[in-house]
This record gives sequence, structure tokens and C-alpha cells, in this order.
Amino acid sequence: MRSSVSRLSLWLLLTPFLLWIVLLVLLPHLQMLRVSFQVRESWDTIAWGIEQYQNFFTESYYWRTFVRTGVMSLFTTFLTLIIAFPIAWYIARLARGRSKGILFLACLIPFWASELVRTYGWMILLRESGLFSSWLQALGWVDGPVEMLYNDVAVIIGLVYNGLLFMVVPLVTTLDGMDENLVEAGYDLGGGHGTVLREIVVPWAMPGIVSGCIVVFMLTLGSYLTPVLMGGKDSAWFTEQIFTQFITRFNWEQGAALGVLLLVLSSVIVWLGLKISGQSLRKVMG
Amino acid sequence: MGMDSDLFCEGLVRRFGSNAAVDHVSLDVPAGTFFSILGPSGCGKTTLLRLLAGFDKPDEGDIHIRGQRMNDVPPNRRPVNMVFQHLALFPTMTVGDNIGYGLKRRRMPLAERRKRIARVLEQVGLPDLEHRNPQELSGGQRQRVALARCLVLEPTLLLLDEPLGALDLKLREQMKVELKHLQKQFGTTFVYITHDQSEAMVMSDQVAVMRDGRFDQVAPPEELYREPATPFVAGFVGDNNRLSGELVSVRDDLAEIRLDDGVLVQGRVASDNLRTGHRAELYIRPESLLLSGDALSAGFSSMQANVRTTLFDGANSRVEAENCGQPVYARLPQDGSAPRLSADSSIRLAWNPALARVFGADSL
Repeated sequence: MRSSVSRLSLWLLLTPFLLWIVLLVLLPHLQMLRVSFQVRESWDTIAWGIEQYQNFFTESYYWRTFVRTGVMSLFTTFLTLIIAFPIAWYIARLARGRSKGILFLACLIPFWASELVRTYGWMILLRESGLFSSWLQALGWVDGPVEMLYNDVAVIIGLVYNGLLFMVVPLVTTLDGMDENLVEAGYDLGGGHGTVLREIVVPWAMPGIVSGCIVVFMLTLGSYLTPVLMGGKDSAWFTEQIFTQFITRFNWEQGAALGVLLLVLSSVIVWLGLKISGQSLRKVMG
Repeated sequence: MGMDSDLFCEGLVRRFGSNAAVDHVSLDVPAGTFFSILGPSGCGKTTLLRLLAGFDKPDEGDIHIRGQRMNDVPPNRRPVNMVFQHLALFPTMTVGDNIGYGLKRRRMPLAERRKRIARVLEQVGLPDLEHRNPQELSGGQRQRVALARCLVLEPTLLLLDEPLGALDLKLREQMKVELKHLQKQFGTTFVYITHDQSEAMVMSDQVAVMRDGRFDQVAPPEELYREPATPFVAGFVGDNNRLSGELVSVRDDLAEIRLDDGVLVQGRVASDNLRTGHRAELYIRPESLLLSGDALSAGFSSMQANVRTTLFDGANSRVEAENCGQPVYARLPQDGSAPRLSADSSIRLAWNPALARVFGADSL
């Protein structure tokens, strides 16, 4: 009796989670995998094949966009880490009491607005008739309006901005737990700033670094709005290809294949990252 | 001595706001000695140690190590290493890497490094533990690794910040002795801070008793115990009874005071602010108090006290009594020869005046 009650409550607790994982994660992905191997012959017959995947490799535009998206996402992740680390260090180690909370809040506030609004914010600053451009003109440093949007730098600025919070939070959490004496011991035993950072702080923060990098990398790789809005029509982000196939061309088979490839890419890179840094997913996601 | 000592400081001051955590401290530690700084928490001893390590800078005064002025030398360039209170072993490194960290900073080749690591681990009694993680070790083992990590660098000065605090009592007793032996074996000068007077007494060649940022007394443990220079030292180092009364007379180096119940007792003069008619305090150790119904030697002082209870603690068993509202502790004889002491019975406590010390009441 007792065990059947506890079993029932276990199932009740598990149900929302199972529904979510099966209906919203597992089924769509399986369906997408299936669609990606369908070949359209005529309106009422379906054949199976790898035509869509062949298209990907033969059509250089596809795989070049694919590689470009991967490389730029990695670079964005790295840049986010470099920028977020000092911020996290300051919040976790140097700020005290109230200022700590305020700084943390300052990182969080932009995320009260949607990605769309945040991106438009950057566009107001960077566009030809935007703030930066008019300041430069007012200072007399340039003769005419400068267009700072619609290039790779603008895309990366937007992506780093979007990822920053997701890097800062895990870094602050790990750095917060570090004993101040570890750093002092690092100096006391003869280490300089570089050594202490490399040998003591970074190894300690590794779980936070890796978990932040995974989240930021996945967000960046799968982002759509920022590259499209800030990169313009030439931004060539892989999610745009998928969008085009599904919505513009109504070629679901090709779109599904590209989607599967993106999933494989992100999984492989995350796996490689964990291997190289010697971390395990369990430790990182803690 | 002086400028050639391993550590020589003069007039060190460190202020936080208007409060001086370290207030004109001077010290002189000869090479190869074990020097302890003993004081209650908040007395400034940790601040002092951080000044010596270089994590903090003095507002006034100079720090000399083997004659070299250290004030502007950063911690990583001082010939000083520190064992932290919570040890601060690097959790992401093995024991071997922890110990090798400092050697690596000196660009010592790998083979030589390995040899030194193995040797120092041998010396602290932990052979073949190089490849373990610090988290896998017991408290006592971690302690030794922290020591080895510093000693392998052969520092002029080893600073220890209450490293035994986290250990349980039994292990602490054991490590006390061991630390003393290791210090002799390596011949390194140790500066050890603690609030535990027994640690300081057992291990040290010299102990400085610190209070409110200043040194009350610097002396070998035995002198500190037998000849405390201030009432604070008398009360802080070891158990002591304090009896207050009015100073009646001073003859040679013996002071006579009248306790609040009218009894006249004697003790040695210990401060120069004794004035007849003023309040004075007599300190007498529990082991110097004799329980006696029997005949006393001539010249002994004695007083009546009411027994409250007896406290059995093996060799340290005591009787708690009361005289004019002040608690008095007396050590019970080890052979069980004490008279039966029931609560509220009256006993006579006697002492040799040469073992008691009298301070003026305002010399705190």
C-alpha cells in the first residue's frame, strides 16, 4: 500500500518532466530526423535517401556558412569569456555588500527586455544616422556619416552582449566559493600575477568557465535575430539557412537536414570542449 | 641580535581608520628559534603576521629580514612563507604539485624538483603521497603537506597562522610536539601565532603576549608563567587566581594586602605602581595553593574559603572554592591525600608568598 502510494506520487512528479521531454524535445527531433531523410518524388509518394545531406556537401554555400557560423560562435564565446572574467572577478572578489548586488543587477537588467529590443538598441547606436556616427562627426574625426552596422564586428558585438550574463553568472558562482587564502598562498610561494591566474584561479574556476562557455556557445550558434538584424543580408548565419528552407522555400526536408547538422555540430564541439578541459558534464552542470 | 636577526621589526604600526590594530610593535627573532605571538582574538596578531608576509603594509615602522628591509618587497619576493589557518592547499593540484609549485616558480628542473618533493615528504613523515589529492588526506596529513610546501623552499622565516585550530584535541596535542621537532630538524625560524596558550608554551623558545595591538611581555614560556609582567599576562597565561584587596605595606619585595574579609596575606611585588591604601591584586596559581589543616611553614600566607565543588580532571583535578565572592581554584594533591571536601565546608588555603605576585589594581 505504502509503496504503491509513493510510486504514484513519483509518477505524478515525473509526468510534467516526461511530457516536456517527450513531446517538446524528443518527438520533434525524431520527426525532424525522419523528415531529413525523406526524398520528394511526387506529391503522394515518399522515398528515403540522403539527398539533402548530399546537397549540403556539394553546395559550397551551405557548408561554408556552416563552418563560418561555427568559427564565429567559438570566437564569440572566447571573447565573451575574456570580457566576463574580469567582471565576474570584480563582482565575486572585490565588490562588497550592496555594490555586489547592484553590479549583479546591472548585468541582469538588459535581460528584462527581449532580444529584439536589445538588438534594436545596438542598431540605434551603430547605424549610419546613429549616435556613434553623429558623435564622431561632431568631434570632427570623420567627414561623413559612418555605417557601423551590417558587418561581422557588429554581429559579434551583439552576440557577446547577449551572452555576457550567461557567462558572468556561473563565473561569479565559482569564484565566489574560492578561498582568498588560495590566491595569497599562490603569491606567498613565489608566484606572480600571471602564474597565480594560470595555476590557481583558472583551474579553480574551470567548472564555471566550461559551463558558461557551453551555454554561450549554444545560444550563439542557435541565435537568429541578432545575426540577421545586425549583420544584414550578408550575415550568412546558419540558422538563416534553416529559416529560408522551412519558411521561404517550403523545403522542409532540406531544412530538417540542416537542423540535424547544426545539432550534431554543437554536440561535437561541446563534447570536444569537455574533453580538452578535462571536465565532465555532470561536474559542470553541477 | 639586532639587525642581523632573522626577523627584526621596529615600531610597526598598522591602522584601520582611527584604530591601530598593530600599535608600535618591535620584535627581534634570532635565527633558528621558535617565536610565538599569543593573544586573544582581535588583538592584532593576524594583522601583524600579514605585515610580515607582505599581504599588508605597515603605516609606520620597518621590517628587516636578515638585515634586509622588506617594507617594499612584495610577498612573492620575500624569503618568507606562510602556513595558513585553513592551510590553503591548492585543491586542483596533487600533493606533489602543491609542494612543487614554489620550486617551479624558481625554474628548478623537473628531475631536481621531484627529488626535493620526495625528500621533504619523507622528512614530514608522508612518503609516497605525491600523487594523492589533498582532499583525500586526513587533517593531520594535510597539515604536514602545508608545512612541506613551505619548508621545501627553505625560507628564512616560516609564518604559521594558528594552523592547529581545525584539528581535534588529540591530534592537536600530537602535532604540537611534532611541529616543535620539525622546527628543530629543519632549523628554520618559526613565527607562530595562536590564541591557545598551551600551544605557545609547549612549542616556543620565546613567546610574545599581545593585547590591543601591543606586546605586554616577550619572554621564554617559563618566565612568562612564573614572572608575568602584567596582570593581563598573569591572567591569560595558564590558570591563575586573582584576589583583590587593599595594600597595607611594602617591605623589600614583599607586599602585604588586606583581603576583603580582613585577612592579611603576602605576595611578591610585581609592578611599581603599588601605593599603600590603594587597591591591589594578588595572583596565585592553583598549584601553588596548599590545602592544609596541618602546620604551615613560617612565613606562609593563608586564608579561609568555602568549598563550592570539586572538579575531577585527572592530573588537573581542582577544588572550586569561594572567598568574599571571588572564586578560587586550588589543585588537588595527586595522591588522594586531600581532606574530604564537601560542598560548603570551610577550607584553609595557604601559599608561599614568593610564588604570588601583587600588581596595583590600575596597572591593567
